[in-house]
Amino acid sequence: MHSASRAAIPERHLRTDRWWLAPAASAAGLLLFIIYSTWRAFANDDYYESPYVSPFYSPCLADNCEPMRDGPNWALVGDWWGISPAIIILILPLGFRLTCYYYRKAYYRGFWASPPACAVAEPRKRYTGETRFPLILQNIHRYFFYAATLVACILTYDTVLAFRNADYEWGHMGLGTLVFLANAVLLWTYTLSCHSCRHIVGGRLKHFSKHPVRYRLWGWIGKLNARHAKLAWYSLVSVALADFYVYLLAIGAFDDPTFF
Amino acid sequence: MTQVERQAWDVVVIGAGGAGLRAAIEAREQGMRTAVICKSLFGKAHTVMAEGGIAASMGNVNEGDNWQVHFRDTMRGGKFLNHWRMAELHAREAPDRVWELESWGALFDRTVDGKISQRNFGGHEYPRLAHVGDRTGLELIRTLQQKIVALQQEDEREFGDHEARLKVFQECTVTRVLKEADPAGGPTGAGGSGRVAGVFGYERESGRFFVIEAPSVVLATGGIGKSFKVTSNSWEYTGDGHALALLAGAPLINMEFVQFHPTGMVWPPSVKGILVTESVRGDGGVLRNSDGKRFMFDYVPDVFKDKYAQSEEEGDRWYEDPDNNRRPPELLPRDEVARAINSEVKAGRGSPHGGVFLDVSTRMSAETIKRRLPSMHHQFKELADVDITAEPMEVGPTCHYVMGGVEVDPDTAAATGVLGLFAAGEVAGGMHGSNRLGGNSLSDLLVFGRRAGLYAAQLAANTRPEDRPVVAEADAAAAEAEALLPFSAEDVNATTASGPVENPYTLHQELQQAMNDLVGIIRKHEEMAEALNRLAGLRARARRAGVEGHRQFNPGWHLAIDLRNMLLVSECVARAALERTESRGGHTRDDFPAMDRLWRRVNLVCQVATQPEIDAERPAVHGGGVAPADPGLSGLVGDQAGQIQLERRETPPIRPDLLQLFERDELVKYLTDEELSQ
Amino acid sequence: MSYQAHFKVWRGDADGGGLRDFTVEVNEGEVVLDIIHRLQATQTPDLAVRWNCKAGKCGSCSAEINGRPRLLCMTRMSVFEQSETITVTPMRAFPVVRDLVTDVSFNYAKAREIPAFVPPADLKPGEYRMSQEDVGRSQEFRKCIECFLCQDTCHVVRDFEENKPAFAGPRFLMRIAELDMHPLDAADETGLDRKRAAQEEHGLGYCNITKCCTEVCPEGIKITDNALIPLKERAVDRKYDPLVWLGNKIKRRGQ
Repeated sequence: MHSASRAAIPERHLRTDRWWLAPAASAAGLLLFIIYSTWRAFANDDYYESPYVSPFYSPCLADNCEPMRDGPNWALVGDWWGISPAIIILILPLGFRLTCYYYRKAYYRGFWASPPACAVAEPRKRYTGETRFPLILQNIHRYFFYAATLVACILTYDTVLAFRNADYEWGHMGLGTLVFLANAVLLWTYTLSCHSCRHIVGGRLKHFSKHPVRYRLWGWIGKLNARHAKLAWYSLVSVALADFYVYLLAIGAFDDPTFF
Repeated sequence: MTQVERQAWDVVVIGAGGAGLRAAIEAREQGMRTAVICKSLFGKAHTVMAEGGIAASMGNVNEGDNWQVHFRDTMRGGKFLNHWRMAELHAREAPDRVWELESWGALFDRTVDGKISQRNFGGHEYPRLAHVGDRTGLELIRTLQQKIVALQQEDEREFGDHEARLKVFQECTVTRVLKEADPAGGPTGAGGSGRVAGVFGYERESGRFFVIEAPSVVLATGGIGKSFKVTSNSWEYTGDGHALALLAGAPLINMEFVQFHPTGMVWPPSVKGILVTESVRGDGGVLRNSDGKRFMFDYVPDVFKDKYAQSEEEGDRWYEDPDNNRRPPELLPRDEVARAINSEVKAGRGSPHGGVFLDVSTRMSAETIKRRLPSMHHQFKELADVDITAEPMEVGPTCHYVMGGVEVDPDTAAATGVLGLFAAGEVAGGMHGSNRLGGNSLSDLLVFGRRAGLYAAQLAANTRPEDRPVVAEADAAAAEAEALLPFSAEDVNATTASGPVENPYTLHQELQQAMNDLVGIIRKHEEMAEALNRLAGLRARARRAGVEGHRQFNPGWHLAIDLRNMLLVSECVARAALERTESRGGHTRDDFPAMDRLWRRVNLVCQVATQPEIDAERPAVHGGGVAPADPGLSGLVGDQAGQIQLERRETPPIRPDLLQLFERDELVKYLTDEELSQ
Repeated sequence: MSYQAHFKVWRGDADGGGLRDFTVEVNEGEVVLDIIHRLQATQTPDLAVRWNCKAGKCGSCSAEINGRPRLLCMTRMSVFEQSETITVTPMRAFPVVRDLVTDVSFNYAKAREIPAFVPPADLKPGEYRMSQEDVGRSQEFRKCIECFLCQDTCHVVRDFEENKPAFAGPRFLMRIAELDMHPLDAADETGLDRKRAAQEEHGLGYCNITKCCTEVCPEGIKITDNALIPLKERAVDRKYDPLVWLGNKIKRRGQ
């Protein structure tokens, strides 16, 4: 970071606080999720226990999916697909989160140390940011947002299906239903709080006064958007929890406690 | 002595606050090559501190408003001592100046129908202040700054050089306005009788000296607050323009009128004096003493009795229904409120840190407070750890503004007696009379900044190239020697043996203390006499102010140079205040508490005395050391520092049609019978 | 209530320098700038520091305290332990002039590169009508006091001097956002596309939205969320989104 004319301070930084804590924590959190989700996505097993389907496997788009009654399986991809069907659909939420303006900050800081923290020098020689391939692809975030909205709709549908019991009878609720409900709410709030969404809904307008409805929507989404980082983490945890809950049911660790 | 760098421009503007930038824009738009010189970085001028708004009778909120009403309010606020023509021009032109800002990109708060919103303020009959939250000054500066950048971009396109016709010399101090050498061979330079020839200054960063030659120089340097201990003013406010004018031979008027803003922060000590905007009261904030009483109702003076609410209930109703109720007395002109707070504190009913309570928390929701007074909320939270949405602020008077300044021609802003010198903004006197209304400052900057720029440009345009005044080599050399004095303080000491080398910081603190204690908000004859005594002592010591180090960004040196200006201006204030044996506006005499109609006809004019003036108030110490080593300016550097001579001048009669805007009942309070009968 | 604090203050100039130790009195309610002033008045009269309003309104006294870009006048001493050594250095992204004073001309150069507000051709002064909801966004950005802390902390130029020519920095990208969101800016009519220019000429793509600018902003402006990201999305509209491109094409055809 030194150029001849700047103040000659050899230290990479002079911060005295624990600046490394936040990037280390987000790196650790993301790493944990990556390990867990990789295991679960490739497992190709224990993802369905009626009436619950793991969000990792929904919608299930290959021939090799477990049969789920009224469930989100459409064998669009066909029977040539040999590995876990989760891989097909996970590309979309993965892409959404990978290009998300919040996650970008988290992993640029946590994994790339670019920068590790404010006013702490970067360890590399050159930096071009998002001006070139591949990082210029971050600009397609809004398309992943559209896709993520579709996925959120399907997961909402899954949540509706969760108001059945194990015998597919309607009007029942178990602990799993609550887990799914919470997950659906968090996924929706995370998805809607997206910066691209905020832009599409109203941010792109020059004159709010001519579009009162979109202005109001923009205002609401703005409030959600201020919590985008929190929602990103909450929904990440909730989606993993929902999957883990289904996994536990599927391996028979316990029976879903039903309320009615 | 090495030759200093010289440049030639058409118009030089000293100061880059609202008035300076507006003047520069105008001069440049008139086609003149314009140089702006400022002590801080471009865009940091003290104007950013203005919070409440710009007074302009656009009538966006109340259609009853027009320039006549604004004129009337301004004259009342100034207790009729204002130069009527300045007040008239100001009231007439302010709306255009505000609208023009919009076309340069300013974004004021809006009314529901999309016009510029206007807010209430002390002394203004109608909601009149165009504002942006409580950071209007910042908006003003930024808009002017960006307009200058826009003009520079134009020049870039045309000439390939951003600074072809408009350049900002930032972080530079001007120490002298130089005049043409007197052809008769008399005293040259600053003391000469010729036209303005340019300025002498130094770059703060490098310490390098420079001369800029120009036929027109606009002073827009702001005020003098740094001579007082408790002040809302920044370090830049050392009265430079006032002193430059005096030293160039131009008189100052009304210097006894110093406005103490009623509400400055009183705690913690390090921020004591920082402003709490009047909008707090305009938007519903009330003043209470330690008994919880809204004491302002006890302090409505007779001249205002019928204009202000007599009960809390009526005052409260006014915020909602201003047409059928009178405004609460918290919104009296600033001088009245400041004195009232002063009295409450003196009577032992003050707050723990020696102020009174200013409360908005019980009158507005936290949300409203944060929206309408964001920077106040921020300021108290950050600096005093006080949450104004939940608890009252502690406030007390703080030195805020000097009404006095360079005597100017109202229409052209030309300084009296020095051809080529102009002044606008706080450094100019006359516009605000004895007391300025809140919001009238920003409009003053724009109205007279533009006029100063316009007429400075015209003068420059009308000066033929071969007629341009030239700065004499000797004058530049003398100015340089003067600026370098603090580095040779030890040698001076050795030659005159008059005392030890003085620390400029110590001298400054003593000056501030003296002015604050002795020429402050309430004044007495004995105290002011004592102040003049102390000033004389400080003056002698200031000649021995010495600094260490070198010229590159050396704050001690800068202060040593500024001391000359502060001492000069402080003497004007003290001398004029001692002379005026009445109380009016920003000048309150304990020994002469009443306003005297006879005094309304008198402006006190300060000038550098030509002969050493020894009087009873002045100790012999003054005559002592004449600073050596400055042949060209010896008659000035040595002697001028202690010599202000005061002169009474009759105020010009107010034009009859303007007088008719007032009821006779009101005029009798201000004008003498003789004036009324005319 | 007063105590003796330990300070390390960087002193020097472009030719070199280092941290110098000081022990100095601190009283209740003081901010770091007060302490620097006390050093000037009592120990080092030629210590260079730039300051002005002392109330967080002018943005002159930017420096780095314990390694973090901050305003000296808005950093209260009470946030530090009495035993703590407080390190004060000049801003590290700009050339140093002397001691705590840096040469911030980079920022003024960048300011000149941003095309100014274009007034609408058909409106005279006084005829401007704008509603509050339309000016709100740009007003937030106009709260900027130009302390340049965001420019100082932004790793794009702080850590890579060579990026300076290509990158305007958060302050001036925000200025582009402000003008692009100004309800009456008529840049479009003159053929100036601010969205495209932000990406192509002012280096918006260098920003990797790691939010340090927002973190250091003393005015609490949400630079990243409200200015930079919306500007990126606007640039996407122009450059990377075929649907928006198509939509605009059809709309223009329809008119």
